[in-house]
Amino acid sequence: MSTKNIEELEKEFQAKIDADIKIEPNDWMPEAYRKTLMRQISQHAHSEIVGMLPEGNWITRAPSLKRKAVLLAKVQDEAGHGLYLYSAAETLGLDRESSIDDLHSGKAKYSSIFNYPTLSWADMGTIGWLVDGAAIMNQVPLCRCSYGPYARAMVRVCKEESFHQRQGFEIVSLLANGTPEQKQMVQDSLNRFWWPALMMFGPNDDNSPNSAQSVKWKIKRMSNDELRQQFIDVTVLQAEMVGLTIPDKDLKWNEATGHYDFGAINWEEFNQVIQGNGPCNKDRIDARRNAKENGAWVREAANAFAEKRKKKELTH
Amino acid sequence: MTTQEAFYNYIVRFGDDSLILGQRLSEWCGHGPILEEDIALTNIALDLIGQTTNLFELAVQIEGKGKDVDQLAFLRLEKEYTNLLLVEQPNVDFGYTIVRQFFFDVFRKLTFEALCQSSDEKLAAIAEKSLKEIKYHLKHSSEWVIRLGDGTEESHTRVQAAVNTLWKFTNELFYQDEVDQKVIELGLGVDTSLFKEAWQLHVEKVFTEATLTIPANTWQHEGGRKGTHTEHLGYLLSEMQYMQRAYPNMEW
Repeated sequence: MSTKNIEELEKEFQAKIDADIKIEPNDWMPEAYRKTLMRQISQHAHSEIVGMLPEGNWITRAPSLKRKAVLLAKVQDEAGHGLYLYSAAETLGLDRESSIDDLHSGKAKYSSIFNYPTLSWADMGTIGWLVDGAAIMNQVPLCRCSYGPYARAMVRVCKEESFHQRQGFEIVSLLANGTPEQKQMVQDSLNRFWWPALMMFGPNDDNSPNSAQSVKWKIKRMSNDELRQQFIDVTVLQAEMVGLTIPDKDLKWNEATGHYDFGAINWEEFNQVIQGNGPCNKDRIDARRNAKENGAWVREAANAFAEKRKKKELTH
Repeated sequence: MTTQEAFYNYIVRFGDDSLILGQRLSEWCGHGPILEEDIALTNIALDLIGQTTNLFELAVQIEGKGKDVDQLAFLRLEKEYTNLLLVEQPNVDFGYTIVRQFFFDVFRKLTFEALCQSSDEKLAAIAEKSLKEIKYHLKHSSEWVIRLGDGTEESHTRVQAAVNTLWKFTNELFYQDEVDQKVIELGLGVDTSLFKEAWQLHVEKVFTEATLTIPANTWQHEGGRKGTHTEHLGYLLSEMQYMQRAYPNMEW
């Protein structure tokens, strides 16, 4: 048993972080660091799992065999991301089942974007382009996050996300250059997803209470507003490339800052969606809860069978 | 019926089986009983859609009318689909889905093993490639039939109910008509009657381990291969064909 006091341990811990040495599951860490990470990683895992639903909504209606296969593979990747992330959270002592129960009870959150409906095929393009695009902006810095298992999971996740973003943009660009109906479909989709995509980066920096500590711990490496600006700067150019209009009349290039200025985000809408009042919050959670309840007999059977086999092996 | 027509129909039948079962399995996406199974079912769906694409590519080549695979997949009428009745049956629950898959996988494995010897090199190559996937599918479905059959009382009851309902579609797996006769004569296709017994033995072996029984009433249904389906297929197609019907002649 170590005789070091908490202050010394914290000092050593911060020194490791400052020296870019990864924190591993068995290392000492402050309780607040563990809790913040557990919250962040499990929210991220839940976002992957809930995020399967809006896209899963279009697999059975995908317009070609190729698109059906790509979408199946993409949603499967998301389930896989959920798995690595739940496993990363388990290294901190948070088990998957209780974490999922927190999602179902509303205690744990997930990305607000998945509470918006997918109303047309074009949404499959827009989600890849904007939502996975925003996710990459958020996640690339996390590959350098101070917690080893999370950082390593993010390396793999980011590789796949970047493929998702490209396939999304490919759909968008095909539709934007397609027939008038297709062009209208994709513009309508951009109009619906643009603002919710900007909200994915979270509140403005002056309204983000946990940010400063997270930056110090290198759990977060860039601020919400920096990431949001970076996303806008990149995406505006992509929209121009394919001839789509960003639905923001205040959007304009600012020579002085070297960035795009943009209009006011409707934070009231953001807060309402976070609190459960978005267009699909109830549907998403109901779908997850039903999957769990309807599958209970399957999980029980698998456990009972494993028990029987174990007994059989012991008696032989 | 010319040889070309027979061979085309023969391949479309297998393609339709893959397509319709792949479509059914993809309905599970996001709703599986456990995350690992969500991934497994979607993965099998993905394999089946891949097989469909390969088979339809070969079919449109044989037909030689310049069609593309999506016209074949999405723009036929219900009576023009020639899949087995078994694969269009609804998911109902995980037990039904697994039993449906198991009956199909045993059949597919035996058929595609034999098809590796087809005198058509392209079909033989597709069979060989698909077989790697099918072996994994069969392992997965067999393990679950055993787990559910010999799991709890509830799982046993549910999976036995699925067997009782789906058994009536199993004889159709071995349906043969003039299409088969023609392709068998030429060594392009395989005579499935040769492994009907092997299919039955494989099913019985797994069922014994799973403590499941084959139902006493063995009245059998067929019609899929001739385009006479159950009521379920129409709904599946209206969903699957929606985009192609609503927005004709567009690239996606």
